[in-house]
Amino acid sequence: MVDEPAGRGDGGPADRAPDVALGGFGRDLIPRVLASLVRRGEDFDAAEDALQEALLEALRVWPEHPPRDPRAWLAAVATRRLVDARRSDAARYRREEAMHAEPRPVVVEEADDTLLVLFRCCHPDLAPASQVALTLRAVGGLTTREIADAFYVPEATMAQRISRAKRTLRGRRLDRPGDLAVVLRVLYLVYTAGHTGPPTRIDLADEAIRLARQLILATDEPEARGLLALMLLNHARLPARFDAEGRIVTLDRQDRSRWNTGRIAEGVRILQSALAEQRAERPPGRHQIEAAIAALHDDAASAAETDWPQILSWYDELVALTADPVREDPAAVLGRAVAVGHVLGAAAGLRETDRLRQVIGDRHRWHAVRGHLHELDGDLLAAADAYADAARRATDVAERDHLVRQAARARATHRER
Amino acid sequence: MPKYLLLKHYRGGPEPHHPFPPMDQWAPEDVEAHMAFQRQVIEMLEENGEYVGAEALTPTRTWVRYGGPGAAPVTTDGPLPETSDLVAGWFMIDVDSYERALEIAAYASSEPGPRGEPLYEWIDVREIMSGPPSDG
Repeated sequence: MVDEPAGRGDGGPADRAPDVALGGFGRDLIPRVLASLVRRGEDFDAAEDALQEALLEALRVWPEHPPRDPRAWLAAVATRRLVDARRSDAARYRREEAMHAEPRPVVVEEADDTLLVLFRCCHPDLAPASQVALTLRAVGGLTTREIADAFYVPEATMAQRISRAKRTLRGRRLDRPGDLAVVLRVLYLVYTAGHTGPPTRIDLADEAIRLARQLILATDEPEARGLLALMLLNHARLPARFDAEGRIVTLDRQDRSRWNTGRIAEGVRILQSALAEQRAERPPGRHQIEAAIAALHDDAASAAETDWPQILSWYDELVALTADPVREDPAAVLGRAVAVGHVLGAAAGLRETDRLRQVIGDRHRWHAVRGHLHELDGDLLAAADAYADAARRATDVAERDHLVRQAARARATHRER
Repeated sequence: MPKYLLLKHYRGGPEPHHPFPPMDQWAPEDVEAHMAFQRQVIEMLEENGEYVGAEALTPTRTWVRYGGPGAAPVTTDGPLPETSDLVAGWFMIDVDSYERALEIAAYASSEPGPRGEPLYEWIDVREIMSGPPSDG
């Protein structure tokens, strides 16, 4: 209902002042500076607060006075903040001091540092919303205000969420390896948040891709590369996903010339490097499989040329990852049902969705897929009813409007016959 | 400047001025016109500097109340099971006067329905009480 989402992620909104101020690279320094402060003996919680203040100061000062060594600048200003805080001295240090901050020697263990801070922020004891917020601030280098804007909550609410998360983690050591699977899930949450809801000044999908790029420098795990590939391959289609009025355009109707071929090429390259490491005892994981499916869609010159049989075989691998996919991974079974519909016929696809009725029969996506399969089957009346059922259950305005249109269009076409 | 909440309901208000079928049964071009009008109302409010916010709500509703000591919360589809009081969404506007709020509400109510006829939808206009800001 708000601004039109067309062109989201198409190079990003014009007014991304923070990135300009930080020269496009400054944000990547945040987790490294943070880790170096913590390694020096500072408390994670206090160091993260001090660094956030240094970041705000950088956004103010750097446009006019770019630092020679941004990393040393951030470390020095954050250190000064920590000293100030310890003296309980409320007086703000003077701007000139900040501008002429002396570089300090810093330990260089950059990739490991990023990973350790990521593990910290994605600690399994934190709720997903807190993991996401803390990751965006301590690793992504976003300000609290930017994160609040991205999730449509007041800044004070987001600040509280972040400080509660840090309180939960207080006293835990930074040098412990964490759960990479949780990190991957958190980054994917950031990414999907960027694909739903109206666009904001901070493009969360771009942020997630940037974080995933940092991650693959820090770990050789193929699934991390699979996740980055998946994001790039899906994000490549974003410019075509909405028309000029902000209406959703489904994959089969998209103008494929608007897809970002650079992102597709990069995604395919990264995916291939990950898949090249698969062995019998280590088959590709979920993200690599989903990236492979996205790559096959991206590779088709037209919807009619989509290689559905190969997509179906990847879905077979995806559902084989869980013992009881209907209950443990219904989204994979639903995606597979579409592929079954295109390879073995719509009726077979609909039978596949029947297995999911008990589990996700109240979700809009189940009804939307049924609508698509009924339409493929030529039963426009059933398709219209399914789309209308889906629209009533949708929780995204653009998607709801799209489903209402699909229902009205199917009904009108049925009447004309 | 007073702020007003304009509440839109699924289907009419006290009584629908004239009944209309669910939108998925309209002609596709009528659906497009209706949705374009919704966008246009928000654009107009933004251009006038009268826009504060607008949200749509899903039609699924649960009423809940305290169940008593040690008891689970009580939930129901609603003490009043008619759909006429089901809020579909709202506009929040910041305007010069009560009269302007009514004018905007009446305009929103003229949204096109089947065959481009206005829906004459009832809009519930409520003034927001002023008070200390909750968030800087």
